[in-house]
Amino acid sequence: KSKELPEHLKAYKNVWVFVELEHGRVHPVSWELLTEGRKLAAALNVDLAGVVLGPSGEGTDSAVAEAFHYGADRVYLVEDPLLENYRTDPFTKAMTDLVNTHKPEVLLLGASTLGRDLAGAVATTLATGLTADCTELAIDPNRNMAATRPTFGGSLLCTIMTQQARPQMATVRPRVMAMGEPDRSRSGEVVRERLDMVEEDIVTKVLDFIPDADSNQAQLAFADIVVAGGLGLQKPENIKLVKDLAAVLGAEYGCSRPLIQKGWMTADRQIGQTGKTIRPRLYIAAGISGAIQHRVGSEGADQILAINIDPNAPIFDFAHHGIVGDALEILPALTEAFRQRLAVDRLAG
Amino acid sequence: MNMVVCIKQVPDSAQIRVHPVTNTIMRQGVPTIINPYDLHALEAAMALRDRLGGTVTVLTMGPPMAATALRKALGHGADRGILLSDRFFAGADTLATSYALTSAIQKIGESRPVDIVFTGKQTIDGDTAQVGPGIARRMGLNQLTYVSAIPTIDQEAGEITVHRRAEGGVQVLKTKLPCLITMLEATNVLRRGSLPDMLRAERAEVETWNAEAAGVEDIGKCGMKGSPTKVSKVFAPSPRAEKAKMVEGDTAEAKARVAIDALAETDPQLLSVIARQPALAS
Ligand SMILES: Cc1cc2nc3c(=O)[nH]c(=O)nc-3n(C[C@H](O)[C@H](O)[C@H](O)COP(=O)(O)OP(=O)(O)OC[C@H]3O[C@@H](n4cnc5c(N)ncnc54)[C@H](O)[C@@H]3O)c2cc1C
Ligand SMILES: Cc1cc2nc3c(=O)[nH]c(=O)nc-3n(C[C@H](O)[C@H](O)[C@H](O)COP(=O)(O)OP(=O)(O)OC[C@H]3O[C@@H](n4cnc5c(N)ncnc54)[C@H](O)[C@@H]3O)c2cc1C
Repeated sequence: KSKELPEHLKAYKNVWVFVELEHGRVHPVSWELLTEGRKLAAALNVDLAGVVLGPSGEGTDSAVAEAFHYGADRVYLVEDPLLENYRTDPFTKAMTDLVNTHKPEVLLLGASTLGRDLAGAVATTLATGLTADCTELAIDPNRNMAATRPTFGGSLLCTIMTQQARPQMATVRPRVMAMGEPDRSRSGEVVRERLDMVEEDIVTKVLDFIPDADSNQAQLAFADIVVAGGLGLQKPENIKLVKDLAAVLGAEYGCSRPLIQKGWMTADRQIGQTGKTIRPRLYIAAGISGAIQHRVGSEGADQILAINIDPNAPIFDFAHHGIVGDALEILPALTEAFRQRLAVDRLAG
Repeated sequence: MNMVVCIKQVPDSAQIRVHPVTNTIMRQGVPTIINPYDLHALEAAMALRDRLGGTVTVLTMGPPMAATALRKALGHGADRGILLSDRFFAGADTLATSYALTSAIQKIGESRPVDIVFTGKQTIDGDTAQVGPGIARRMGLNQLTYVSAIPTIDQEAGEITVHRRAEGGVQVLKTKLPCLITMLEATNVLRRGSLPDMLRAERAEVETWNAEAAGVEDIGKCGMKGSPTKVSKVFAPSPRAEKAKMVEGDTAEAKARVAIDALAETDPQLLSVIARQPALAS
């Protein structure tokens, strides 16, 4: 079967990243994707562009400016009051119109609830391929994007190509790609387009937005240090040992999935394939076996220290340091030892 | 209310392996279940039916063995099961899957228009969350993804409000029927089927539709042929080259101290990074 791109698709050029803007803030996954998109654009020797959809105002202005800082050469901007709160229809129209007019060869979106809702609608409208939750993106010798993603809960990886349709679309989960340092001196060209829609065209109305009640909502995905516990903690009371260590380290705390199912912690603290992907500098996992679904969400950590009573626990296959022992003893000992070390360091510093 | 719930039969365990020689996926011997999220969708649909009246049709695209999933759903209380099965559907990506499912849903709607199409949030095997939006787009249904609750529905006015999980909060959305809802997990508890339902399901003949019966217009948009994405390679994640370095020590205290030394040796900045954590500063 021919791997040659049909003639009418050869006009598609450049790499685009959707800059996810909501409530005046950009989802950090967008900057991670611009960093990654920069590499793809370099491999293809084309331009990198950000797509900003939002109402006019400060949030949108700074999203545009920052897109340049994170590597975009150009920003496609659709400014319209109808793009204030996310709704599928106006966002899908804005995006598909932009694609049909300016023809990118690659379009990347964050695999957030917003990004996945939008990507699925856009790819269907454009009748193109969409690869979900990619963990690696590369350009092959035929200038096609090779998108690698975990499937079957992370026990397998597969590489997917969209050879005969454009744009090649992919979503990537937050914290899977590294974010580059912004270059505040960078700027670029802004291309404006109109939405051409009125409120009456949009059937779905946003009646309310209820921010998550817990204002100290777990910032797991962005924490430098994360401490987590699993079923090895044995009793809900022992969560305290994880929290104590986290407090001394200024860390976020989390857990494996069974603890959520038992109601020992709130769902926003689950680490893993169906929870949060973390990329901390240090991850301490206590009483967690290291199932594949947990591994895929945590192995991006720079250093992993695992505590498990079983020397053959799978977590030791991907942790960097291991302590074989009872988490109920090791956790308090670590808390105390860190407390002392940090006190000494502070005196010295 | 005329409702269709799309369900997918998936391998029970996520622990599927690749054959070391042929590099193909080894599914043999792995039991199958209904994708867990789809059960929440089914329950949501049945709850609406019980409150407002109507029918719940479960629809699956898959090989003949997927009839088992439909029979299970009938046992839980669904009214009708349709299996979409044809060799032309094999190898479908999400674009081709949503095309085939859309044809079947439109066929179901010929006798009586469909008010709500339900899907799960995502599957546990392909895991893309793309089929729901695909169907919504193709059918021109109002798209409501990641729904956790359906507080009100006004049949007369044809209006529905839902809670939709968004980044950092919940959107309360109001839209018109017909719509497509992708259902989140843990929003409801699946009822156990009644005895009569279970007995009925045991003997139930699920209807099997091939492409023609489903009214598929363009066979070229189905299966492998209609799929823009191609899986070029399947492989097992490579194990990390080294296993964890084990910390030695006679007591918990000794192990803790040695572990901190080891961490600080690999990352000399670590302790000062910890000392600067915002949670500590406050
Ligand atoms: C579709 C799907 C999605 C999933 N998604 C996720 C996900 O996102 N995140 C996730 O975490 N899981 C997920 N899981 C579940 C996953 O497969 C595992 O079941 C889960 O991670 C196991 O949790 P655990 O390690 O806490 O428990 P277990 O596997 O029971 O491990 C407990 C560990 O504690 C050790 N232990 C016991 N006592 C002690 C002690 N006193 N001190 C020290 N160690 C002790 C044991 O040796 C064991 O290794 C998913 C599963 C499926 C099917
Ligand atoms: C290793 C591997 C990787 C893949 N990666 C991709 C990819 O990145 N992009 C892509 O386009 N395709 C991909 N596919 C193909 C994809 O898995 C199939 O198209 C599949 O039929 C539907 O996708 P899903 O399982 O992700 O469903 P999701 O989109 O996650 O499913 C959402 C909901 O749609 C409904 N649904 C899904 N499938 C069916 C069905 N057959 N019958 C009835 N209802 C259904 C269910 O209600 C389900 O909860 C991949 C397949 C494999 C084997």
